[in-house]
Amino acid sequence: MSTVKVNHKARKRAKATDKVATVLIVTFAMAIVAILIGLLGFILFRGLGHISWSFLTTVPQTMRAGGGIGPQLFNSLFLLFLTMLITVPLGLGAGIYMSEYAKPGKLTNFIRLVVEVLSSFPSIVIGLFGLLLIVNTFNLGFSLLSGALALTIFNLPLMVRITEQAFAGVPKEQKEAGLALGLSKWKIITSIMLPVAIPSLITGTILASGRVFGEAAALLFTAGMSTPPLDFSNWNPLSPRSPINPLRPAETLAVYIWKVNSEGIAPDATQIAAGASAVLVIMVLIFNLLARFLGRTLYRYMTASRRMN
Amino acid sequence: MEQSNTTPREARRRAWPMEKHRVEDWIGKIYTSICVVFLIAVIISIVYFVTSKGVATFAVNGVSLKEFFLGTNWNPQADTPSFGALPFITGSFMVTVLAALIASPLSISAALFMTEIVPSFGKRILQPAIELLSGIPSVVYGFIGLSVIVPFLREHVGGQGIGIGAGALVLSIMILPTITSVAADALASLPRGLREASYALGATRWQTIYRVVLPTVMPALLTGIVLGMARAFGEALAVQMVIGNSPHIPTSLLESASTLTSVITLGMGNTAMGSIQNNALWSMALVLMLMTFVFVLIIRLLERRNRL
Repeated sequence: MSTVKVNHKARKRAKATDKVATVLIVTFAMAIVAILIGLLGFILFRGLGHISWSFLTTVPQTMRAGGGIGPQLFNSLFLLFLTMLITVPLGLGAGIYMSEYAKPGKLTNFIRLVVEVLSSFPSIVIGLFGLLLIVNTFNLGFSLLSGALALTIFNLPLMVRITEQAFAGVPKEQKEAGLALGLSKWKIITSIMLPVAIPSLITGTILASGRVFGEAAALLFTAGMSTPPLDFSNWNPLSPRSPINPLRPAETLAVYIWKVNSEGIAPDATQIAAGASAVLVIMVLIFNLLARFLGRTLYRYMTASRRMN
Repeated sequence: MEQSNTTPREARRRAWPMEKHRVEDWIGKIYTSICVVFLIAVIISIVYFVTSKGVATFAVNGVSLKEFFLGTNWNPQADTPSFGALPFITGSFMVTVLAALIASPLSISAALFMTEIVPSFGKRILQPAIELLSGIPSVVYGFIGLSVIVPFLREHVGGQGIGIGAGALVLSIMILPTITSVAADALASLPRGLREASYALGATRWQTIYRVVLPTVMPALLTGIVLGMARAFGEALAVQMVIGNSPHIPTSLLESASTLTSVITLGMGNTAMGSIQNNALWSMALVLMLMTFVFVLIIRLLERRNRL
């Protein structure tokens, strides 16, 4: 009889503890959600009021109010394009090697370690390395190209992982069908596996783009902290005033936000920072939604799943 | 690896003119190998250059290891310059550990909420939201720190608002998504049977979480926390914006301080390549790099435990 009583008590206590714990977990989780939504809302709320067509297109002012972020926005997009132009082929190749050619062994383990270490390097260290090797030794100076190369180093491990996962997700039967047809391994990779892997490759690449778009620390000492006066009617890539000259210095949006916050002397520096932050967050949002949407659409379009459903 | 069924001798006899599929295979093999070699070359050169520049402070400029790692006086411009980096090393470790202490319980609660309490809502709404937040650039977090956290601390807690406390808060918000998504992945990948067995024994949900679920995923949770710490330790701009940047070991959380990354960020542009000041900054970069190795090592060890 007594044991039953004790069990009963213990059970009651366990139930009470369970309730308390549940309430605590829910509170904590809700607190996080509130914090995160609050911060995101704050950024958009503070910044959206300052965003206008002229803010997005005019040049910044150092001393007067009313400066825009036009060149910075262009620099960010162009730098992203240059970076991806270098990163995608390299990352694709290394990722394909890891998923299709690498044999389990010491070398493969070493490469895996390399990718892991490279992906956890602080971006400021990559920036310093860029300053030393790309800017000074290769003599590329503070330029878009230096920035793109530094960002390539920053982004490459992620691209390799994305490729490896995308290829690992290709059904084995498709590969075997190719082998049975007597195709070469490379032919199987490029014409059978690549199309199947493309949806997740694109999703991953767009998400990686969002990360590159907002990166600043690796760019301070590679792409530089200034932009020469640009002439947007000059499309000769060799002219120093041309926006598409890869050898000109270029301050990106993220770098500009940092600079305005730490040494901005324009009277509306806070509003500019708020507006620019909102633009950055909105761009990341767009990248995310685009990645989700394209991933889903391409998957339906390029595989047989539409017909099966 | 070759998918051909010819014998080596036959293959050699037919080596030229090469068959089309053999040429294709070579192209693929060479292309992917070049990419991998590039990757390895990059990391080797980063390690080599950062190490050689970082060691120069001690080997060429004759700054003693003891002064650098234990000295508390950072004054490279003085007549008798001193290069004590201890304030920055302490600053880095303090913000990192504090950020992890703040973020871990919150993130693990969020992950439990997403997987154990309301899985459907968690998966559909919370997980994408968390993933989105991990993509927000760190300068934006720095801006939030400057315009929300610092004024809040100044008005409600005291001091200038800037300092280790503000830095740790900004970093903790920044690493929340990292830890949460690793923890949620680990929890979601647990076999259902584990929980069902616990419930079948009459355990409550909390008993199941506390006695069964958490111990099983502990290595993965720790991996998430270490990943978050690695991110916090290496973060430069967000911290630099809110920490105040004075080269002293702070006596309170609300006093201006510095981290390794913030000193590098501010100093690198103002010193000439090859000068002692510049080399001392490279030594700090070396410390950052070595800590990265330590973090990766810890993660590897945890993953090994996780596999058992």
